[in-house]
Amino acid sequence: MLELREVEVAYGNIRALKGISLTVAEGELVTLIGANGAGKSTTLKTISGLLRPKAGTLLYRGQSLDRLPPHKIVTLGISHCPEGRHLFGRLTVVENLRLGAVQRRDHEVVQSDIEHIYKLFPILQERSAQLAATLSGGEQQMLAIGRALMSRPQLLLLDEPSLGLAPILVEAIFDTIRQLKREGATILLVEQNARLALDIADRAYVMETGHVTLQGPAMELKYNPQVEHTYLGT
Amino acid sequence: MNLVFYVIQQFVNALSIGSLYALMAVGLAMVFSILRLINFAHGDLIMVAAYFAAFALLGKLPLVVTIVLMLAGTVLVGLLMERVAYRPIRGAPDVSALLTSFAVGQILQNGTLLVTRFLQKPNPLAFPVIGALSGVFTFGSITVSRVNVVSLLLGIILLVLLSLFVTRTNLGLSMRAAAEDLPAAQLMGIDINRVIATAFAIGSGLAAVAGLLFAVQAGQLTPYMGFTPVLKAFIAAVIGGFGSIGGAIVGGYALGGLEVLLTAIPGIGDILPPGLVAPSVQAWLKHWLPSSLSSYRDAFVFVILILVLLFRPNGILGRREREEMG
Amino acid sequence: MRLETREWRLKSAMGPIVAILGLVIVLGLLQAAGLAFWQGLVVNLGIFLILVLSLNLSNGFTGVFSLGHIGFMALGAYGSAILTLPLREKQEYLPNLPAWLAGAHFDFRLGSFPLGFLIATMIAAILVSLVALLVGLVLMRLSGHFVAVATLGFLVIVRVLLFNADNLTRGSRTFSNVTPYTNLWWVWGWAVLTIYMVWRIKQSSYGRAMFAQREDRWAAQSIGIDVLSPRLLAFVVSAFFTAVAGSLYAHFITSFSPTVFYFDLTFKVITMLVVGGMGSVSGSIVGTVLVVGLAEVLRRLEDPSQLYGMSGIILAVLFILIIIFRRDGLLGQREIALDRLFMKGGGSAVE
Repeated sequence: MLELREVEVAYGNIRALKGISLTVAEGELVTLIGANGAGKSTTLKTISGLLRPKAGTLLYRGQSLDRLPPHKIVTLGISHCPEGRHLFGRLTVVENLRLGAVQRRDHEVVQSDIEHIYKLFPILQERSAQLAATLSGGEQQMLAIGRALMSRPQLLLLDEPSLGLAPILVEAIFDTIRQLKREGATILLVEQNARLALDIADRAYVMETGHVTLQGPAMELKYNPQVEHTYLGT
Repeated sequence: MNLVFYVIQQFVNALSIGSLYALMAVGLAMVFSILRLINFAHGDLIMVAAYFAAFALLGKLPLVVTIVLMLAGTVLVGLLMERVAYRPIRGAPDVSALLTSFAVGQILQNGTLLVTRFLQKPNPLAFPVIGALSGVFTFGSITVSRVNVVSLLLGIILLVLLSLFVTRTNLGLSMRAAAEDLPAAQLMGIDINRVIATAFAIGSGLAAVAGLLFAVQAGQLTPYMGFTPVLKAFIAAVIGGFGSIGGAIVGGYALGGLEVLLTAIPGIGDILPPGLVAPSVQAWLKHWLPSSLSSYRDAFVFVILILVLLFRPNGILGRREREEMG
Repeated sequence: MRLETREWRLKSAMGPIVAILGLVIVLGLLQAAGLAFWQGLVVNLGIFLILVLSLNLSNGFTGVFSLGHIGFMALGAYGSAILTLPLREKQEYLPNLPAWLAGAHFDFRLGSFPLGFLIATMIAAILVSLVALLVGLVLMRLSGHFVAVATLGFLVIVRVLLFNADNLTRGSRTFSNVTPYTNLWWVWGWAVLTIYMVWRIKQSSYGRAMFAQREDRWAAQSIGIDVLSPRLLAFVVSAFFTAVAGSLYAHFITSFSPTVFYFDLTFKVITMLVVGGMGSVSGSIVGTVLVVGLAEVLRRLEDPSQLYGMSGIILAVLFILIIIFRRDGLLGQREIALDRLFMKGGGSAVE
């Protein structure tokens, strides 16, 4: 479904991605793990169009992504839930959700989709008229994911969903991600918490300073001694 | 003159001037909230609108056609401005955009000068009288000019419509999202070019209405007439809370009230009916608040701007500055 | 590694000395030739140069964008003009001056040298610098577009005050009868001084601090650079020279009113600054010459064709093009190194 080949991205003179390649097949949950600054978020931003690649190809269902502006990429079916959530703090919960669907043509079903999100995250229904900035960390993450789902994406990009959350909330979020996977979603997950990521993923890529250094089925990588030592702390 | 009627008249004045300021300030605020650009050429949109209307009326076109032409023309100029001058510099530091807006203003001003000359019209140009807007309404002993009442009503109606648009429609929602967090809005599938163009279009339309009303009140036009209004609009937006539409509206009316106060209070010693206050108080008022002070009004307004910038930079409504995503 | 030998110092001084000699020769020729038009143009050029350099010091070096500097020019113009008015004319022309001003008249000479003019200019400029100090203390903590608009407010306030202070300024009526002291030598003498001062500031540690906090105010503060005092210094010094330019201008056109010192003039100066490059002294010289020259050429085209306003449009379009395609101006922050022109192998002439 998604294929990156030798993608290079630079911030001015700083090369953030030095030629990475990866694939995501339909229905898979693929995870990118690695230390801070490895280029994981940069990869997602390049896929969703916030950054332009200097070189390389990005193909989504055979279509090239690299000349497209972000809003077109969303209409193709890719939804990016960014690092730090980036909710619209001064808008309400329900307005944030509506914004997730704002480019959709089928307006009539938007309301039922909101109901679906409420079933997934009941607390959001309680807080539907509240400003997003007043929600707690965990609730904000739920809203961010809910908002990303509102565009009925075929590919979901999740960037550090566990960031800044207490362990018990992180468990809840990952349970939700598991459920989404069961329902057939295709997900590309960027995570610093390698343990959780490898538990939940089908395949994984390990990134270091702009390169992919390891890749393979998540099961294998979990027991890979290098990975164990560097990222799993054993 | 009866003090009560005087106060009522000034109140109506304040609301009508406030409406004009609010209409102009809202356009500035919409563009600023999304682009972080202070468009000083906004004042020249007001001027261009007035000239469109003047030339149409001088060409004996009916009022309705004039208004449509004026609106269409001004919106077109606004959209052109965005496309040609501002889009290429998106992402540039704040000051570059501010300076560019001044240059755009110069082009509009000199362009209008050229056109006026080409059409062999004088400068300053006398604005043709519009029957529907001239004259006064009288309620008992109170007289208010028609244009003031129209400004007031029109302003309120348009601002209410704008608020509805911004809160109830998808496009309005997209604009608010873009103002909050532009990259995140892009991730929602919002075409920011369209949103920005809409902000410019709406701002230009409102400026056009303000321009027409201004022209009627001023009676004559020069290509430089937009400069002071845009400064005032900016002050209004800052006082109310810069970057938000609500702030611009509040600031506009606040500034209107402030200006009327600054004009009406000096000289109050002279118009108070005898016996209302003690003679010594009246004399004190006459001495310390002579009517000549009112000519310092613009200076006072700017002093207030500077005070607000220093002590309450987020204005009356006090919104916070947003953070950027990398 | 270069040693600052006497030989090296001599060679590095050669460039500026030759330039100044060249200037003296050109001015001498101009004066002798007696062409009033060209003399006027070169005087105009010099005054604008002082204005642009001063604005560069404030806006270009520190990044604090002041839009109100012409207010300082106005104060300098009116201040010095009031002072140099001969006693009798003062009584007739400005009958309501406060007593302490009515008696002061700086129209005396030392031999044939108009010493009074020099002193009046200095007094006006120093007073304006004090005003700038006050204004600067208040405004220098703001940044970006807020300081720009606040200083624009200052411009408007000055204008309103000048319009209303009838007794001092004759309000909206033209202020004329000013003695035409200004000539080529005065203007370019001050201009060379301004160039030198601004250049020295740029090379000094204050200058480096200014440039450091221009790019990123918070980063500069975090490594201990005091942000307020370089800004304030730049602001006050630039106000001083702007006021001097005001005095020169007043004694050149000999009659003016508050409307002269408003936004059109501000925009002209900013155009020259941006074209040349904010932060570059040589850039200011280049920018001023280019824009004044271009404006003059365009004005020649306007008159016969009656297309008044065309020159304004063309200059504004030029401005926009520079901002879009070459935001840092023609020279950016670089300088034409006069001091290297006479050294063999001393690097390129544009550093």
